[in-house]
Amino acid sequence: MQSVTRKALIDRAAALLADGTVNRVYGWKKGTFAYDVTPALFESAEELERDFVFGDFCGANFSKYLIAETRRKDGKVLVFLKPCDTYSFNQLLTEHRFDREKVYAVGVPCEGMADINKIRELAGDGIADVASEGDKLIVHTLFDGDIELDAAECLAERCKNCKSRRHVAYDELIGEEGTVRENGRFDQVEALEAMTPDERFAFWQNELSRCIRCNACRDVCPACTCEKCVFGNPESGVENKAISDSFEEKMFHIIRAFHVAGRCTDCGECSRVCPQHIPLHLLNRKFIHDIDRFYGDYQAGAEVGSRAPLVDYTLGDLEPGDAVKGGSAHA
Amino acid sequence: MRKCLLEKKNALLAAMAAVSKLYVPVDGADKQAAFAEWAEGTELSKKLNTNRSAKDFFFPQSEDMMKFRVSGKKLEIVDTRSEHEDFILFGVRACDVKSFAILDTVFLVDPIDTYYANRRAHGTVVSMACTRPAETCFCGTFGIDASDPAGDVVCWEDETYLYLTAKTEKGEKLLAALEAVTEPCGDDAADGVKALAKARQEKLPLAELKPDAFGGGKTDAFFNDPAWQSLSEACLGCGTCTFVCPTCQCYDIKDYDTGKEVIRFRCWDSCMYSDFTKMAHGTNRPTQLQRFRQRFMHKLVYYPENNGGVFGCVGCGRCLSRCPISMNIVKVMQKLGGNKDA
Amino acid sequence: MHKMKEALIPVIGEVIDIRIDTPDVKTFRVVTPDGKKAFDHMPGQCAMLSMPGVGEAMFSITSSPTNTEYMEFSIKKCGCVTNWLHQMEVGQQITIRGPYGNAFPVDTAFAGKDMLFIAGGIGLAPLRSVINYCRHYRDRYGKIDIVYGSRSKADLVDYNEILTEWATDAGVNVHLTIDRAEDGWDGHVGFVPNYVKELGFSTDKTAILCGPPIMIKFTLAGLQELGFAKEQVYTTLELRMKCGIGKCGRCNVGAKYVCKDGPVFRCDEIDALPDEY
Repeated sequence: MQSVTRKALIDRAAALLADGTVNRVYGWKKGTFAYDVTPALFESAEELERDFVFGDFCGANFSKYLIAETRRKDGKVLVFLKPCDTYSFNQLLTEHRFDREKVYAVGVPCEGMADINKIRELAGDGIADVASEGDKLIVHTLFDGDIELDAAECLAERCKNCKSRRHVAYDELIGEEGTVRENGRFDQVEALEAMTPDERFAFWQNELSRCIRCNACRDVCPACTCEKCVFGNPESGVENKAISDSFEEKMFHIIRAFHVAGRCTDCGECSRVCPQHIPLHLLNRKFIHDIDRFYGDYQAGAEVGSRAPLVDYTLGDLEPGDAVKGGSAHA
Repeated sequence: MRKCLLEKKNALLAAMAAVSKLYVPVDGADKQAAFAEWAEGTELSKKLNTNRSAKDFFFPQSEDMMKFRVSGKKLEIVDTRSEHEDFILFGVRACDVKSFAILDTVFLVDPIDTYYANRRAHGTVVSMACTRPAETCFCGTFGIDASDPAGDVVCWEDETYLYLTAKTEKGEKLLAALEAVTEPCGDDAADGVKALAKARQEKLPLAELKPDAFGGGKTDAFFNDPAWQSLSEACLGCGTCTFVCPTCQCYDIKDYDTGKEVIRFRCWDSCMYSDFTKMAHGTNRPTQLQRFRQRFMHKLVYYPENNGGVFGCVGCGRCLSRCPISMNIVKVMQKLGGNKDA
Repeated sequence: MHKMKEALIPVIGEVIDIRIDTPDVKTFRVVTPDGKKAFDHMPGQCAMLSMPGVGEAMFSITSSPTNTEYMEFSIKKCGCVTNWLHQMEVGQQITIRGPYGNAFPVDTAFAGKDMLFIAGGIGLAPLRSVINYCRHYRDRYGKIDIVYGSRSKADLVDYNEILTEWATDAGVNVHLTIDRAEDGWDGHVGFVPNYVKELGFSTDKTAILCGPPIMIKFTLAGLQELGFAKEQVYTTLELRMKCGIGKCGRCNVGAKYVCKDGPVFRCDEIDALPDEY
């Protein structure tokens, strides 16, 4: 259950449209069911009233859309940002990917988003509707009546391990600001590090063998903003759209993780959108965890303009040899 | 029609596996169902359908087509095709069975794609009627009856029995090999399950979705509809919908140089990708709106125009649950179809 | 099953002659290793050429079907595959498969007609096949007019053949033009669309247009000004292709596959396609 209502967001967006602060609004558009919410632009109070939703399935992070949208049209676009989205927002600003002046950011508190796949695991196929009641989710099923689930059990993995409910960017905030949270987001990374190399290889081979190279992880990733990806460029010589052999399938995700290392904010969109349910965020978290250990804690996107340790040489930096030594247990 | 007690289903599957390699839906470590080879002790998935479609069995994501050896200015072409082994696909749903018929209209029309034809000739499809469809199911929209699927052998399950009937010569042959583990029953034995399945299909949330506004000859009616703008605006341009789709069949042909020889392979491709139509001098679909429109126009207008009104979608619902931005053919049909008279 | 012929598996072609036509166009003569023509075709049809490891691409067959000894391909250097083809030497083996696509209706709609061929630049490549077919079966067609233009004299493809063979044929009128005046050129100067209007052809002809999209657009408009109907004008479309047999989906426009239903279209048929080619 979210702490702010749909109405509060619509009212504020409509007011900002009416007073000319913004001329369009990035928000979540209701779908056919409770969970199939689509990112959309709203241009009027009527459209907001008709289609805007805010609830437990509004996980989509709009930050990356701002790159194209701020270039497409003049005037300010309102964007609703959950706390985790604001890290991507700042990181994109750090990389000069959009014009801050063309955006009006409204912070929205988030109590964590539900994962429809977890609900399906618990309630089975045939989810007619999902209603939120306090800390429960009431699942209306097609054939088994209503099933009551603990909302906490249905949380998306990234929300279960939420790093912070405090926004790091906004022009105004609706509702109450949250706090930085204790989280276990590196627990699984450490579990992987504790494996033998063979076990770890087997784990990743099993996960990555399911990859269908649809590129959804890359295309949704706010850190993947190259105008033309090397893997989508026929002239690069390494372009491939589908898995041509196991080498490609293993290398693609690792190369991508290297490419976003130090810039990945751990927003978790990659794993959210993966149609094959591959825990891609674990690759990124491994890099984040290593960077934290080698160079001290660093959170990409925590502030605009911060220099990631990987692009910021200091005399005190760890020597490569020490990194290997220190990393041998978790290479 | 023949039947088999559910507690003897394992013996039935063992008998099938004795005939040829048998693939069944199994839950993986990711808790999603996927077809896997059956072996003694394999537990069947209870999920409605597999995460990926079954098209891989006939049109794999990537396959080698031929090899070349190059020496100086000389070339040698090596035909690497070999006869595929027989296999049985068990538990295919009505939507996916229909998708094979749609792929057939592409790959089996002259000139025949022998790679596909080879696999198709060696595969026996055992389908399973759906008594517990999902909210994302809309096969009925395209005239598919999930209570009575197509297939070489069709199965129904109630609380006690699994019923089997053959619909093709291949199916007859398979059923004949299963006589020891099945017993004969009346042709109406599965009528109860069929009626239940039918009633449930008719009450699905998307049961009212109709394709009547679409079809061949409707290019002008939809191509320039301003609604494509809002429908496509959030599209990431990834290939998820096309790769999970059982009927999407676009492919690329590429060469891989191993250093010793060149392997020419084909792999799935996606009309959603920006370089799909890119040539040396440009592309004819430079915007995501155009690429998005192409996919849906193909399924709803172009394909039916070339195939006697049959639509290029089987309503399996995979794109509904997999699209990263939750945009899908149902939303497209509702938005565009709602503006037009049938 | 696998013994069946597979349309996607090519045969080997050997390059036995390379002619440098213009600074960026070469014409390659191709036969099978035993010296025969790889397959028969009709004017307008295409073939897939490839060098394994480099790529495969679709090219118009430039030679006429009436040539029973070899096939020719006039290829402009403009991308990965064509760059490779341009650095080939005589004796190089490549792969070839086809023929693909429809053809100009040389034996039906064109029979007995006065023909007007209009080409720009490398656009002459697909027309050379049909022009030479019409010249070979000269009595089946009426008068033949050929309007051909390029950036400069050096950019005119098949210039020698045009002067020594086409221009000397009875009943064949050749009208050449180049974009800008240059030394040693006493012919017409100007763009093809304007030249066509200046020449003012009678509307009883069947016109075939081939060239860059912008030239086709303006020439078609010019022909319509002269009174031509779109039903009298034919052209070819070019889209990215991989399979050549209407299956891979790449060249799909509307309900048509350019590799299979084209590349030859009448201009009224193109009008019926969604504007995406």
